[in-house]
Amino acid sequence: MSNSKLTRRGLIRTGAVAGAAGLALPTYLRADGHAGFLNAPQGDTVTLGFNVPQSGPYADEGADELRAYELAVEHLNGGGDGGMMNTFTSKALQGNGILGKKVEYVTGDTQTKSDAARASAKSMIEKDGAIMITGGSSSGVAVAVQALCQEAGVIFMAGLTHSNDTTGKDKRANGFRHFFNSYMSGAALAPVLANAYGTDRKAYHLTADYNWGYTTEEAVKTSTEAMGWETVAAVKTPLTQTDFSSYIAPVLQSGADTLVLNHYGGNMVNSLTNAVQFGLRDKQVNGKDFQIIVPLYSRLMAKGAGANVKGIFGSTNWHWSLQDEGSKAFVQSFGTKYGFPPSQAAHTCYVQALLYADAVERAGSFNPCAVVEALEGFEFDGMGNGKTLYRADDHQCFKDVLVVKGKENPASEFDLLEIVEVTPVEQVTYAPDHPQFAGGSLGTCNPGA
Amino acid sequence: MDAIILQILNGLDKGSAYALIALGLTLIFGTLGVVNFAHGALFMIGAFCAVTLSRILTLSHTVIDETQKDFLGNPLKVDVPYIYDIFGQATGDAIIDWAVPISILFAIPVMVGIGFAMERGLIKHFYKRPHADQILVTFGLAIVLQEIIKYFYGANPIPTPAPDAFRGSFDFGAMLGFDPNTIIYPYWRLVYFAFAAVIIGAVFAFLQFTTFGMVVRAGMADRETVGLLGINIDKRFTIMFGIAAAVAGLAGVMYTPINSPNYHMGMDFLVLSFVVVVVGGMGSLSGAVLAGFLLGILESFASMAIVLETLPGINQIIIYLVAIIILLTRPRGLMGRKGVMEE
Repeated sequence: MSNSKLTRRGLIRTGAVAGAAGLALPTYLRADGHAGFLNAPQGDTVTLGFNVPQSGPYADEGADELRAYELAVEHLNGGGDGGMMNTFTSKALQGNGILGKKVEYVTGDTQTKSDAARASAKSMIEKDGAIMITGGSSSGVAVAVQALCQEAGVIFMAGLTHSNDTTGKDKRANGFRHFFNSYMSGAALAPVLANAYGTDRKAYHLTADYNWGYTTEEAVKTSTEAMGWETVAAVKTPLTQTDFSSYIAPVLQSGADTLVLNHYGGNMVNSLTNAVQFGLRDKQVNGKDFQIIVPLYSRLMAKGAGANVKGIFGSTNWHWSLQDEGSKAFVQSFGTKYGFPPSQAAHTCYVQALLYADAVERAGSFNPCAVVEALEGFEFDGMGNGKTLYRADDHQCFKDVLVVKGKENPASEFDLLEIVEVTPVEQVTYAPDHPQFAGGSLGTCNPGA
Repeated sequence: MDAIILQILNGLDKGSAYALIALGLTLIFGTLGVVNFAHGALFMIGAFCAVTLSRILTLSHTVIDETQKDFLGNPLKVDVPYIYDIFGQATGDAIIDWAVPISILFAIPVMVGIGFAMERGLIKHFYKRPHADQILVTFGLAIVLQEIIKYFYGANPIPTPAPDAFRGSFDFGAMLGFDPNTIIYPYWRLVYFAFAAVIIGAVFAFLQFTTFGMVVRAGMADRETVGLLGINIDKRFTIMFGIAAAVAGLAGVMYTPINSPNYHMGMDFLVLSFVVVVVGGMGSLSGAVLAGFLLGILESFASMAIVLETLPGINQIIIYLVAIIILLTRPRGLMGRKGVMEE
């Protein structure tokens, strides 16, 4: 028999203290007692958080991501032509929202700054009740927001992030990446480069001085050196650099016959433009035509470099000219709605939104840990990249990689890249403990409870 | 030796842009006493004058080409510039190709107009306010201007190439007796350097050899006395603001083939240009030009692989390091005048 000394006054006091403590805690530290996970959808709607760069240098890429998310929401709720839902091999999605709840969304502006991205993600989780955060156009942002989502207890479906670290040393159980990575770029590009330019090349790397630049340089160096190339020099360039002439001018003096530009965005546009201005591509060194390589291509960025991209090799996650049924369905759907073809950033974001929704349907729950379980080891097709695996060990998607080249005679302003090779997934797959991905661990999923 | 010559060439080219922007900044500071943080935005707007004229010249009507398909499989809509209809394709292409140099004519009245509007509409209200207020309002204006440009032109860089005749590079090495390809330099950068030299020379000549310039120089030295002589110095200073805006704008126009313009390019140059002005000496036009070229050359040398191996990261701090050293040894800058910003 219990000897309870609980009094009415004591109960009120205890309740008041507990209530105050509860109010004082950040929302994400308070679990929804009924559902056992954070931000369990109430009523007949579920809220997703789209965290994309709406200002700053990648605002155009962010706008394309947002278009893709809006299209995905439309399709999930049964609108439009259904897009890739018709070609996706999993048939769990019915066009009636997610688990019968209508999909709504809120947006945040990452500004392509880690602190701003975290703040906007936090706001969407705490104030808007977003159960999943997705988007972004930078690895720094992806790593920062992924860590926040892990702490908070929501799923993070990364947008455009190419650094090895996102699913390497900085991987998290609540985070998932569909986009490919630096290692895959190197592994896909090297054989094509060896085939096109031979195995006796001297490469000079210019590398953006931040995390993504380092992993890309390492990946391309390792892969090309394995093919017989020699790395003459690898020079770091400040991320804020706009005029690369003083970095490009010494390239020819170094004896290099190939320039690798480990740059993205504005850096890529400027360094490539400068390199072409210096006439590097018209030169002959070591008895060979001088060549330039851009490991990560983006059509939106290539547009900024204009005719300078012609004939230059690079890699990309996806391209609108692919002729598989999934890609065709997505291009048709996106093109009809917006009047131009989607970018690779739009594609990966659209796919991530559908993959999340599908995982929830298959799990039968919005609980992040159930979603993690549904995504880990999930194999699918019909989403534009052939057969794809969401590997359980690191939450990285493994799929074919595209090697592309700047088109010599573009038919339109969108027709800037041509696909040179679809590198099979086997060639870009690596062991989970590969040195380029060493350190860090997924840990355990956090449902926020 | 060849590497040194190459980096000097690079430095002269970078220094040209710094010098042109710093020259305008100094003109405004010297005449109106305003620290204009919106000056980088004027450089950016100048660049977008070139983008705008390129777009005007390529304004097109659509023709359906049944033989080709677009990305959705529909008949391809081909844009045909109106200029082809007026001048024929060959002449039309040549005009479009020369869009950047032609933009100079377009940019001058636009930039002078923007300069007048800025000075009369906003900046004149801050003449008697502290420098901190001037910095805040002009910095705010710069952000507003760049957001307006981003709204209309997007965030991505827009390629604006040089005329075909100036593409490619010149082999200085071969000319000087070095091995081929050791000292190459793009033609357009040579054009930019020559253009900067002409503009700088023209501004100095204008101030030195015209009555207007003489009055302005007198006003810069002693505004009150010139005013007491019955000369409307404010009007002349407003004109100088317009000229400074045009100088920054022309620097921007000619810079577009070097780097594809984007809405942020003004900010990229602004801080460095202020360092150039301070190192050159506040209010000193020749100091601004000298410091522009000096810091441009130093920045180029600091970017050399051999220097970076010895002193990693020096490329990012060299300008500020030199600025500190110069200001410690010569507090008024290289050619600063006594009494300027010292009250």
